[in-house]
Amino acid sequence: MMREKPILRVVSKNLIPPIMLFALYVQFHGDFGPGGGFQAGVIFASAFILQSLIIGVAEARRVARSALVRSLLAFGGILYIGVGFAAVAMGGNFLDYDALDPHDPVHGQHLGILLIELGVGITVATAMITIFFTFAGYEPLPSEPAPDPNREAPEREDLAQAVPPHEGRR
Amino acid sequence: MSYAVFSSFNYWMVIVLMMTGFFIVIAQGNMVKKVFGLNIFQVSVFLFYISMSPIEGGTPPILDERFELYSNPLPHVLILTAIVVGVAGMALGLALVVRIKAAYGTIEEDEIERLEEEMP
Amino acid sequence: MIAVYWQTAMAWLTQLEPHFAPLQVAIPLIAAPICVLIRQRRIAWFFTLVVTWVTFAIAVALLVQVRSSGDISYAIGGWEPPWGIEYKVDLLSALVLVIVAGIAAAVMPFARVSVEREVPNPRIYLFYTMYLLSLAGLLGITITGDAFNLFVFLEISSLSSYVLISLGRDTRALTAAFRYLILGTLGATFYVIGVGMLYMMTGTLNIADLATRLPALQNLRVVEAALAFLLVGVGLKLALFPLHTWLPNAYAFAPTVATIFIAATATKVSVYVMIRLLYTLFGGTDFFATTGVDEALVGLGMVGMIAAALIAIFQRNVKRLLAYSSVSQIGYMVLGLALGNVAGLTAAILHIVYHALMKAALFMAVGCATTQARVVQIEDLAGLGRQMPVTMASMVVGILSLIGVPLTVGFVSKWYLLQAAFVAGDWAIALVIVASGLIAAVYGWRVIEAAYFTDAPEGRAEVAEAPLSMLVPLWLLTGLCVLLALNAEWTMTLAEEAARALMNGAAAGVVP
Repeated sequence: MMREKPILRVVSKNLIPPIMLFALYVQFHGDFGPGGGFQAGVIFASAFILQSLIIGVAEARRVARSALVRSLLAFGGILYIGVGFAAVAMGGNFLDYDALDPHDPVHGQHLGILLIELGVGITVATAMITIFFTFAGYEPLPSEPAPDPNREAPEREDLAQAVPPHEGRR
Repeated sequence: MSYAVFSSFNYWMVIVLMMTGFFIVIAQGNMVKKVFGLNIFQVSVFLFYISMSPIEGGTPPILDERFELYSNPLPHVLILTAIVVGVAGMALGLALVVRIKAAYGTIEEDEIERLEEEMP
Repeated sequence: MIAVYWQTAMAWLTQLEPHFAPLQVAIPLIAAPICVLIRQRRIAWFFTLVVTWVTFAIAVALLVQVRSSGDISYAIGGWEPPWGIEYKVDLLSALVLVIVAGIAAAVMPFARVSVEREVPNPRIYLFYTMYLLSLAGLLGITITGDAFNLFVFLEISSLSSYVLISLGRDTRALTAAFRYLILGTLGATFYVIGVGMLYMMTGTLNIADLATRLPALQNLRVVEAALAFLLVGVGLKLALFPLHTWLPNAYAFAPTVATIFIAATATKVSVYVMIRLLYTLFGGTDFFATTGVDEALVGLGMVGMIAAALIAIFQRNVKRLLAYSSVSQIGYMVLGLALGNVAGLTAAILHIVYHALMKAALFMAVGCATTQARVVQIEDLAGLGRQMPVTMASMVVGILSLIGVPLTVGFVSKWYLLQAAFVAGDWAIALVIVASGLIAAVYGWRVIEAAYFTDAPEGRAEVAEAPLSMLVPLWLLTGLCVLLALNAEWTMTLAEEAARALMNGAAAGVVP
C-alpha cells in the first residue's frame, strides 16, 4: 500500500507534524484564545488517525500500543480529579484553582486551568484513538464467527446451536 | 403570522430535526440507523441550546470596555459537555452493534427478536 | 506510637470534613481510572472494595452531619451558587447516598467469586472500573444541586451501566444493553430538552434558584412543556410502567453483580430525581393541582403495580421474574410520591430504601445459586432448598418482604402507602395495593415451590452451599430487611422528616 500511493504518503507525512503542533497550540493557547483540551485532543488524535489510514491500522498500533493508550486515557482523568484533590489539600474548595498557588490566586487559576485542560486533552485524544482503533482494527475474538459480508442471516437452528445459552460468545 | 414563523426559524429547524431523529429511532429496524437517528435527535437539542444564546446586537463574550451587550456563553459550554457525552454514547452504541453482528449475524431488530424467541 | 498516628488521622479527617460532599463523588470517580492502571484483577477487586467502603463511610458521615447541623451546601471551585455548581445534601439526598453507597459496599465482598465466574478474566478490571464510574455517577446525581450537572452524572452512570450489562455471558446481554442504550439516551436527551427550556425562561440552572423563579412563570406553555419533557425523560430512566421495556432483559442477562447493583440503586436514584423534580424544582408551583400530573402518575403507578406483577407470574427465567417484580415495585414508589401527601411521600422514600435492600438480597441469593448450580430458569432451583439452605432461606425472607408480610420491611412501606391512600380518600388505590401484594405472593410462591417442594433432578451432582464471602453480604442485607422492620422507628423517622421537609419546602416556595 505504501509503495502504491506515493502522493498520499508524502503529503500526509508532511501534514502530520504540523497537525500535532497545531493541536499543542490549541491546547496551550486555550487560556487566552479559543481552544482548549477538547478541541486539541481531537486534533491531536486526527493526526494519528490520518497516519493509520495511510500506513494501516496494524502499523499504527505499534506506535500507539493499546496498553499505552489506555494508561494515558486513565492518566488524563486522574490528572483532572487530582487537581481537585490538590485544591482541597491546599485548603481551598474542591477544584478551586485559587488555592493552588498560595501567594497569588491568579497564578493558581492559570495553573489549575492548564492542568485541567491538559488532563482533558490527553483523555480526549486517547479516547478518540481508542474509538478509531476499536472500529478500524476490529478483529473477531477467536471463538466468534468471522463476520462475512456475503453470509445470509443464519437459520434459526444453526444460531441456536452456535450460541448455547450458558456459554454465549467469547 | 409569517413574522411568528420566521422569527422563530431556529426552533422550527430544531423541531424538524428532533422529530426526524426520533422517528428514525422508533421506526427503523436497523440498529446502525437507530444509533444515527439517536444522534440526529441529540444534535437537534444541541442546536436548541446554541440558538438560544445569541442576543440581538450582542458581541462575543470577551470583556472589553467598548461593548456592553454580550451573548450568553454558557450554553456553548454546556453543549460541549453534551457533545462529548453524545459521542461516547454513539461510540458505545456502535461498538455494541459490531458485537451483536458477530454474535447474531444480523443487525435487524426483527430478525434478532425472532432468534431470541428461540432461546430458552 | 499508634496514638500519634490516630491523632494525625483524626486531625486530617476534621480538616477534610467540610469537603465530604465533593469527596463523596470524587473518590469513586478518581478510583475508576486508577483501576484501569492496576489491571490485576485481584488487586483491582481489593482496591474497589476499599474505595466503596470509604465512600460508604463518607455517606454515613454526611448523614450524621445533616442530622446534627442541617443541610450542607458546597460550592465547587469556590463559585458561589447560583453561578457555580452547588453540591447540596439534605436529609433525603443523604439517605439516598447512604443506601447507594451502602449497597455498593455490601456487594463488593460478594463480587470477587461471582465476577470471576461470569466475566472473562482479561476484562475483570474493566468491570470494576465501570462499577466505580457507575457508582460515582449515581452519587453525583443524588448530591448535585445543578440541573445540568445532574444530566452529566446521569449519563456517566448510564453509559457505564450499559457496559456493565453488555459484559454478561449470554448473547442477549448485548441486545439488552443496546436497547437500554437507545431508550436511556432518549430519556437523558428528553431531560436535557426540559432543562434547556427552563434555562431559556429563567437563565439559571441551579435547582434551588429555579424553584424560586418558576412560580412566577408557571402559566407559560414553555414551562409546562418543560415539565412534560423532564417527567418523560426521568420516567424512561426509572422504568415507569409503559416505559419499562428495557429493564427485564437488562437485569436478566447482565452479570449478577451488575444486576444486583443496578437493580438496587439505579432506578431508586431515578425515583429520587423524580421526587426532586416534583417537590423541589416545581415545588413552588401548583402544577400538581392544575395539570393532572399527579393523576397521570397515580394511574401509571397502579397499572404498573398490577400489570408488571402479572407478567412476572409467567416468567421462566428467575432474574427476569425478579426484574418484572422490580417494575411492579417501582409502581409503589411512583404511586406514593404522586399521592401528594406526607404519608405517601414517606412511603415512597421508605420503599426506595427497603426495596434496594430486598432486591439486592434477592438477586444476591440468585447469584449464589447461579454460581453454585448454574441456575437460570426457575426449574433449576429444584431441590436447592435442601442443598443450599442458607441461601434459600434468605430468598424466602426476600420474597416475603416483596409480598409485604408483617415483620419484613416490605410491610412497613406498604402500611404507609395504605395510610396515604386512605388520607387521599381513595379506596380503589388501597385495593390495588393489596391486590398487587397478592399477585406478588403468586410469583413468589413459584420460586419457593421450585426450591423446597420439588426434588432435585436425577443425576445432578451434589450442590454445595455458597462460599462465606457471598453468604455474609447476603445475610447482612437479608438481616437488615428484618431488623429494619422490627425496629422501624429509625428509618421511619428519617423518611418522615425528609418528606415533611420536602413538603414544607414546596409550601414555602409558593410565596416568592
